[in-house]
Amino acid sequence: MLEVKNIHAAYGDAITLHGVSFDVQPSEILCLLGRNGAGKTTTLKTVMGILPVTSGSVTLEGEEMSSLPPHEIPRRGIGYIPQGRRLFPELTVNQNIEIGLMTRGMGKDTKEWVLELFPRLRERLKQTAGTLSGGEQQMLATARALCLRPKVLLLDEPTEGLQPSMIALIRDVILKMKNEGFAIVLVEQKVDAVLQVADRVVFIENGRSVDRATAADLKRDPQMLTQYLGV
Amino acid sequence: MTLNAKSATLHLSVLAALVALFFVLPPYHSGNLARIMVLAIYAMGYNILFGYTGLLSLGHAMFFAAGMYGFGLSVNLGGLPLPLAFLTGMACAAALAAVTGFLALRTSGVAFMIVTLMFAQTAYLVVLYFGTYTRGDEGFVIQSADRMIMGVDLTSEGARYVAALLLFSACFLTLARIIRSRFGRTLVAIRENEERARMLGYDTGAHKLKAMILSGLIAGVAGAAYAMLFGYVGATFATVQYSIFPLLWVLLGGAGTTIGPLLGVFFMFYLIDFSSSLTTAYMLVAGVVLVLLTMFAPQGLMGEMRKRVFAWLP
Repeated sequence: MLEVKNIHAAYGDAITLHGVSFDVQPSEILCLLGRNGAGKTTTLKTVMGILPVTSGSVTLEGEEMSSLPPHEIPRRGIGYIPQGRRLFPELTVNQNIEIGLMTRGMGKDTKEWVLELFPRLRERLKQTAGTLSGGEQQMLATARALCLRPKVLLLDEPTEGLQPSMIALIRDVILKMKNEGFAIVLVEQKVDAVLQVADRVVFIENGRSVDRATAADLKRDPQMLTQYLGV
Repeated sequence: MTLNAKSATLHLSVLAALVALFFVLPPYHSGNLARIMVLAIYAMGYNILFGYTGLLSLGHAMFFAAGMYGFGLSVNLGGLPLPLAFLTGMACAAALAAVTGFLALRTSGVAFMIVTLMFAQTAYLVVLYFGTYTRGDEGFVIQSADRMIMGVDLTSEGARYVAALLLFSACFLTLARIIRSRFGRTLVAIRENEERARMLGYDTGAHKLKAMILSGLIAGVAGAAYAMLFGYVGATFATVQYSIFPLLWVLLGGAGTTIGPLLGVFFMFYLIDFSSSLTTAYMLVAGVVLVLLTMFAPQGLMGEMRKRVFAWLP
C-alpha cells in the first residue's frame, strides 16, 4: 500500500531526514517511535509533501507521490491529521466536515459514514469547532480527514494533551479504523498506548529509521524501548 | 426557515430598503447614497480578499483606479460606447489583479501587504508619468454628453441612483451567492488555516489567485462606475489613501460578512459628513469614534451582530 523508501528531506539547508524507510498495509497500524526531535513529525510532513523529498521515494499502491504538489497527495488517498488537530476553529463542526467532503465531491453517504464512526459529533454539528473538548476536536480532525475516503491515515500524536478517558476513546477509534481496512501510520509518545494498538513499530533516531520490531516482540522484550527511548 | 432562505430574505430586504429610500430621501441624501453604494461595491470586492480569504492588501486603489482609468480613457480617448468602455475598465482591473496576484501571492503576511502597496505606488506613478493622457494629478472629466446610456442621462440624480442601485444589487447578490458556493467556502477554509486546507486537498495557491482576480475585478467595477456616474477620473483615487479606505470600511462593517461593507461605508461616510458639519477638527472626531468602535466592536458592526445575536448572518 504505502511504501516509503530511504527518504531524505531538509528545511532549507538543514538536512533533517537522512534515510527513513517503512511500509504499511491495509488493516495495519504502524507506529513511528523515537525521542523528541528524532524526525517522526518531519517524516509525516515529508510524506505529505509539506517538505520536499530530496532523495528516496514515497509510493502509494505503486504510484509515486513525492513529485506531486502537496494538495494532490490527500486527493490520491493519504489523509493526514497533524499534531494539535489544526481545525477551522471559527467554523461549526458541520462546516468543518463539509469542507472535507467538498474536496472530492463526496456526498451525504460519506457524511453519514463518518458520523456513524463518531456519533458524538452528530450531537455537536452546530457547535463551533474551537469550543469542543480536546478529544472531540481529535474526533473532528479525524472525521474531516476521513471525508476524503483515504486509503492511508497518518496520525501525529492523536492523544497529545488528552485526559485518560479520552485517550481510551481515541484508541478505540483508531482500532475501529483499522478494522474498517485503513492502513494507519501513527506517531505517538505514549509507549503503553502504542503497544496496545500497533502491529509493528519503526524506531526513528536522528532522522533515520534505525530499527523495527513487532509490537508483540516489544511486549515480550522491551530492550529496544530502553535502547531508543530510554524507558 | 432554512439558512439559505434566511440569507436570501435578508439580502433582498437590504435591496428593498435601498429602493424605498430612493422615494423618501431628499436629493442631497439620495446623492450621497448613490456614492455610498458605488464605494460599497469597492468595499465588497476588498472583502472577498480580506474578509473571506484572509489576505490583507494595501494596494487595492490600483484596481479601483484601473477600472476608473480603463473606463475614462476608453470614453475620452477611444470614443467607445459606455457599455464597452465599462467592460474595458473591468478587464483592465482584472488583468492587473491577475498580474499582481501572480507575483504578490508568492509572499504572505506583512510581505504581501508591502508588495501590494509597492505595486499600487507604481500604478500611481504610472498615472502621473503618462500625464499627457491621464492629466496627472488634475485628472479629467467625462463630458455629460458622453454619459448617456440607451437614451438615459446618467448625470441626473434619479438615473444615477438607479444605475448605482442596479450595479450594487448585481454585485451584492452575485457575491452573496459566491460566498455560499464551494469556492467561497474554500476561501474561508484558507483564511482559517491555509496549510490544513492544502492537506485536505485544496490547491490554495490557485484559489487565492482566483480570489485576488475576483476582488480586483469588483474593485474595477466600482472604479468604472464611479467615473461613469460622477464624471471624474483622477489620480487621487490611485493613492494609498484609497487603499486604506476599503480596509477601514470592511473592518468597521464586519470583515467576512456580506452586509458589512455597505454598513461600513455608510457609517464612515455619514460620520465624516456629520462631524464636519460640527467642527473643522472632524477627522479627530472620526478618529476617536473609530478607535472606540474598534475597542468595543472589534469584529465590526455586522461581525458583532453575528457573534452576539444572529449566528446565522452570512
